[in-house]
Amino acid sequence: MVLLSKIATNDGHGENSSFFDGWKAYDSDPYHPTKNSHGVIQMGLAENQLCFDLIQEWVENNPKASICTPQGSNGFNDIAIYQDYHGLPEFRNSVARFMEKVRGNKVKFNPDRIVMSGGATGAHETLAFCLADPGEAFLVPTPYYPGYDRDLRWRTGIQLFPVVCESSNEFKITRETLEDAYEKAQEANIKVKGLILNNPSNPLGTVLDKTTLRDAMSFICEKNIHLICDEIYSATVFDEPGFISIAEIAEESSVSKHRDLIHIVYSLSKDLGFPGFRVGIIYSYNDAVVNCARKMSSFGLVSTQTQHLIASMLSDDIFVEKFLDESAKRLTERHRVFTRGLAKVGIKSLGGNAGLFCWMDLKRLLKEPTFEAEMELWHLIIDEVKLNVSPGASFRCSEPGWFRVCFANMDDETMRIALQRIHKFVIQKTGLDQPMTRKQYKRSELEISLSFRRLDEFIMTPRMLSSPHSHMTSPLVRART
Amino acid sequence: MKLLSKKVKCNAHGQDSSYFLGWQEYEKNPYNEVRNPRGIIQMGLAENQLSFDLLESWLAQNPDAVGFKKNGESILKELALHQDYRGLPAFKNALAEFMEEIRGNKVRLKSENLVLTAGATSANETLMFCLADPGNAFLLPTPYYPGFDRDLRWRTEIQIVPIQCNSSNGFRITGSALEEAYKEAERRNLKVKGVLVTNPSNPLGITLSLHELNLLVNFIEAKGIHLISDEIYSGLVFNSPDFVSVMEVLMNKNYMNTQIWNQIHIVYSLSKDLGIPGFRVGAIYSNDKEVVSAATKMSSFGLVSSQTQYLLSAMLSDKKFTKTYVSENRKRLKHRQEMLIRGLRNAGIRCLESNAGLFCWVDMRHLLSSNTFEAEMEIWKKIIYEVGLNISPGSSCHCAEPGWFRVCFANMSEETLNCAMQRIKVFVNSECKTNVNGSNRNQFWNKNSRRKSLANWVFGQSFHDYKYER
Repeated sequence: MVLLSKIATNDGHGENSSFFDGWKAYDSDPYHPTKNSHGVIQMGLAENQLCFDLIQEWVENNPKASICTPQGSNGFNDIAIYQDYHGLPEFRNSVARFMEKVRGNKVKFNPDRIVMSGGATGAHETLAFCLADPGEAFLVPTPYYPGYDRDLRWRTGIQLFPVVCESSNEFKITRETLEDAYEKAQEANIKVKGLILNNPSNPLGTVLDKTTLRDAMSFICEKNIHLICDEIYSATVFDEPGFISIAEIAEESSVSKHRDLIHIVYSLSKDLGFPGFRVGIIYSYNDAVVNCARKMSSFGLVSTQTQHLIASMLSDDIFVEKFLDESAKRLTERHRVFTRGLAKVGIKSLGGNAGLFCWMDLKRLLKEPTFEAEMELWHLIIDEVKLNVSPGASFRCSEPGWFRVCFANMDDETMRIALQRIHKFVIQKTGLDQPMTRKQYKRSELEISLSFRRLDEFIMTPRMLSSPHSHMTSPLVRART
Repeated sequence: MKLLSKKVKCNAHGQDSSYFLGWQEYEKNPYNEVRNPRGIIQMGLAENQLSFDLLESWLAQNPDAVGFKKNGESILKELALHQDYRGLPAFKNALAEFMEEIRGNKVRLKSENLVLTAGATSANETLMFCLADPGNAFLLPTPYYPGFDRDLRWRTEIQIVPIQCNSSNGFRITGSALEEAYKEAERRNLKVKGVLVTNPSNPLGITLSLHELNLLVNFIEAKGIHLISDEIYSGLVFNSPDFVSVMEVLMNKNYMNTQIWNQIHIVYSLSKDLGIPGFRVGAIYSNDKEVVSAATKMSSFGLVSSQTQYLLSAMLSDKKFTKTYVSENRKRLKHRQEMLIRGLRNAGIRCLESNAGLFCWVDMRHLLSSNTFEAEMEIWKKIIYEVGLNISPGSSCHCAEPGWFRVCFANMSEETLNCAMQRIKVFVNSECKTNVNGSNRNQFWNKNSRRKSLANWVFGQSFHDYKYER
């Protein structure tokens, strides 16, 4: 038997974890409004599908943006042959300008520091290869996007060490929690090379304030470690407080000596809703990292056909402004409808102002405050309520009972049906058939928890990991035809 | 710099190699027929620029594929959302069939055994991650594509041990060279996990013979190791013998569903055959389900843009087009190669007899001041800085013998190629210190009077002047 490598045969890809059941359930029984109206509704997929009409309209009105149309085809040769890993200058320029706009033009990005990657997935892995050697570690606040386990660790040999955040202070990252994590890593003889922040946060749906960013900055400066800021959801901030990028901190004069510790990860997958186009970006303030990451980008360059399209689209200032504005409006509305719908049955969520999801508090629905109980509840939601949501344990949340539920990957009607199912489930459990008063909802929660004893048929074997960022669980994601 | 990883600080990315330095020099002073006729002509880039007109005409006739439409309906949204690392089924089917067509339909390839990657660069690295651990080794016949030093070794920490091939037998792989390489790895305490060959070969431009393929299959079977066949140039075989894929050899030997069936993996890409390196379309083909599974998961780090998959699935599904394209492309390459060979012969330079690829393996041993790699570098520098041609020295390809160079012929116009040939001739004549007299100059004038762009180079200068003016 000719053996494969350790990497090929270990579980570092994360897909053998127990959290893929939701995906499987969805995959074998996907909801469809007419063909399968009782199927599982996908709410574990952090995709932004709210503004395609705007994109489509733009593409139809701008045939030159495609190198293949009669209007754009005289560019075909040059684009098809261009494999320079610097990327098309117009692509880098337009991405830099776009990133500036998303940050309210409060910062400036140098297009020469823009490095392409195979999605944010590729960006994270590349940065890990550049910043740390096998066995070294990055600190990462919990709860975090499960894909980090694969992206940062699998082929790089790097470790992730948690910075445990708790609901008692709304999962905020504090200097104390950072110091605590660092000390624990030291005690375990683990060399820490950096800190990863996801801002806005997946799965929390919240943004970091300036104090937290400055705290993080002073922490990494003191420890002389890197700071990687994953800002993949930066244009999904739909409410106050606005988004503050680490770039704002980087431009402060007090930070100038340590600017080269800062690296930003970005992608168009969430903000524009283009995960299929694989546009990942590394923006580093460190010349050596830009240089090295650029060489490594050979392993995951963006197709020039796509670079060309993106460059045209993002250079259209009028379109970009309209898009960002409209996208924020639609996300706000969606979020409002959804959280209100949850509140009607007494389900609270963490106050969020960004992202494509809510961080729901279902603690009171657990029969006991354990992760086993969380799993049971989760299977109940998948199998009875027929919604694929993501349990907090898959994000390494330190407390059971939290679930991430996505709301931007479906149309209004599907959202309405999802909420209906949740309401129906709660009402059935309490034996009531009319809308409840607030007091009644509270009582019903207790009754619901009692009814969760019938869980035996839902014990599942460990399988694959669900993905808040969706694309890492792509084996179970099928293209719609 | 202490804060960065060892990978940043080492030079396993290979970009300090002469292969890339030549590119850099070219970029500082690129030739342009009109704007910079004294610039450096790029002959170090294995690109296929001969058949764009065929692609463009297909595009003009197929507006749906290019406009994100299927039967007139927009599928932009579906494409933009499609991030499934198994790829668009239509694309993988079309790609598998295209690969079968290139192999004369003598093999059956299943689309579920294909893994899409961001170019062959990513495919090769991914296979290394799947088949070997850090510190293990792969054996590669020399000379080989300089990019392998980066793609196979850099982030994977795998070692390359050369299988030494030499000009005495036309650089063919022999049984003894294989064994010697294996022993060398053992001497260096390296565990060999496989052999990687390029077929057709870069930089040699030759297809592997049946004998070599059989040798390889027997060798990996005996040693219980993998064989990777990088077949990126498989659609560019323009002379006999025909291309034979290692997969065909296995099928002929009836090895389907045997152990060795799972030990052979093919790497492919559309960068060379279709001339679209910018689109980053690579693939791994393996019969081993575990390899396919692991590689598919790894492809998340470098997927093919769905926009590009869709365009190419339409193009490759058009069988009439692909047949015409492959055939016409081969004709043009053959013509170009013959031009290069003639031009070099005119300058008294011979090439390895080749039947494939985008380059020739050129023998300049007679021009070296000594049989050393230092002398090879001397000539190379002269050729870049004085003659104004970027060609790739054999040492950058790890060739065991000094004096060989890879010269590309498909990434420029015919006029540019002619200009390059003229420059070489001038250079060689000067190096050989031939007599300069009027009659020789008149000969050039008569042959080249129509090529105005060459005036500065050939007519306006004596054989001695050019050294200084460049």
